[in-house]
Amino acid sequence: MNVLPFQVVQNEPLLRARGVTIDYASERGTVRATHDVSFDVWRGDRFVLLGPSGCGKSTLLKAVGGFVAPRAGSLQLDGKPILKPGPDRIVVFQEFDQLPPWKTVKQNVMFPLLAGGTPKREAEARALVWLGKVGLAPFADAYPHTLSGGMKARVAIARALAMQPEILLMDEPFAALDALTRRRMQEELQALWEENPFTMLFVTHSIEEALVVGNRILLLSPHPGRVRAEINSHQFGLHSAGGAEFKATASRIHNLLFGAGGAAHVDEAVPAGRAVQS
Amino acid sequence: MSANLNVKWDPPVRPEYEVPLTAAGVPAAGAPAAGVPGVGDDGLVAPLRRLAQAGWLRKGFLLLVIAALWETLARWTDNDLLLPGFVQTAKALIEGTVSGELPRYVGVSLSVLLQGYLAGVLGAFLLTTLAISTRIGRDLLETLTAMFNPLPAIALLPLALLWFGLGKGSLIFVLMHSVTWPLALNTYAGFRSVPETLRMAGRNYGLGKVRLVTQILVPAALPAILSGLKIGWAFAWRTLIAAELVFGTTSGKGGLGWYIFQSRNELFTDRVFAGLAAVILIGLLFENIVFQQVERLTVRRWGMQR
Repeated sequence: MNVLPFQVVQNEPLLRARGVTIDYASERGTVRATHDVSFDVWRGDRFVLLGPSGCGKSTLLKAVGGFVAPRAGSLQLDGKPILKPGPDRIVVFQEFDQLPPWKTVKQNVMFPLLAGGTPKREAEARALVWLGKVGLAPFADAYPHTLSGGMKARVAIARALAMQPEILLMDEPFAALDALTRRRMQEELQALWEENPFTMLFVTHSIEEALVVGNRILLLSPHPGRVRAEINSHQFGLHSAGGAEFKATASRIHNLLFGAGGAAHVDEAVPAGRAVQS
Repeated sequence: MSANLNVKWDPPVRPEYEVPLTAAGVPAAGAPAAGVPGVGDDGLVAPLRRLAQAGWLRKGFLLLVIAALWETLARWTDNDLLLPGFVQTAKALIEGTVSGELPRYVGVSLSVLLQGYLAGVLGAFLLTTLAISTRIGRDLLETLTAMFNPLPAIALLPLALLWFGLGKGSLIFVLMHSVTWPLALNTYAGFRSVPETLRMAGRNYGLGKVRLVTQILVPAALPAILSGLKIGWAFAWRTLIAAELVFGTTSGKGGLGWYIFQSRNELFTDRVFAGLAAVILIGLLFENIVFQQVERLTVRRWGMQR
């Protein structure tokens, strides 16, 4: 894992979430999405928010993106509070319609760069570099509707990484893909990270994906989303999926989320998770 | 059937096999490709079939049949005053065009139409801008379109004549009415159906309110806006011809509707038909060629519309 040219000692986490409580209005009144969630993301982390549906993981990601304001608690990026959406936190969504269909692949990647005031020529050069990295250089002038789902996901990733954001926010980016494509996208994401490490906050509901993609996993329990545990997964890569340790961790997470052992188990597991953090 | 439910079906275990991949296009093992009837050996039928596939050809054929029927019927009734034939109408149309009389009327109509259309587009633009920026603007748009969209523009003509007098002003007023409401309704619906993800992506890149509208909402809503423009154009064209028929000239210069009306007064029925044909042709030209071309270059190219 030690591909960094030199090791940087960090004193402060990049993203700091403290006691984040998020409510949202629905037809039946206010619904609490997350309750008192705290976590730290350090530079170079591939930090995963994992939990079943209804645990508020996507809402949490949207709050980090600045789209949703927490009711209580604070979210800070690099010491500054997050107040509104901004290009230092680029989101890769799950939906395929995140790519404006009226722009070609290249124009899609250039779009946020141009919006941020990058000169056109430089934006174009950067777009082509990143399209090359995700293997889409031959499709630079194609329109999104002619691409497959996996290719659209690649464009979205290239578009996000070309911005070189402080933190990349990924909202179940591969959930709409078929199993084979999803697997390839996980591999490619891993390769991109190893080539050029970035900080990433990754939302998923798949335990396997969390273990493979992330180096640290925040488990959230549903209704409302509360922190259940924080787990290390830096030791797992794409090829450890069949191993005994991998399986043991996966079933540990499964038990934490779905409570095979009942209440007693829950009480004992949470402090254990916290202990890893400190 | 119920007896079958009790049967335990036991499929046989078959041997496995693997097929080595060969160069593309070459069937691996004696696949049935040759000898299929009707694939390659009908040298004469294929071009004919391809011609039958061309929609314009089939429609052209239908038009010829209709023209022939019309001509037959006209010759059978033998009354130029009531029903001039196809040939006679075509002659009147060509004569009118060559003499410059018909193009002049068409020019007057189109110039009024364009002014009214642009005024309507401007009205719709203002209304939708209000509607997407404030809640009261949204209520205003919804109320006004609900009230005025069902009201035929031509019904406003008497009032328009009262307010603006006999002239271009009245025409532009009714044209504006026929364009503004459907266009505003469509544009607004288009804006509302822009995917939330796309809006969030735009905000994510730090686009402000104005740039979010111009760079995300308008292009994303373009299919709806174009269809609104199309509907508005169709309404406006029909309204204009009808309005011209009702009160004709504006300061001595009439449009196509006036030409039809006047020709009837002078009992040139073939010219009435020629005028109607011109109305159809111009309508077709804009609706099927201009707008279709715009769609082909934009929304269809982008896969937003089939």
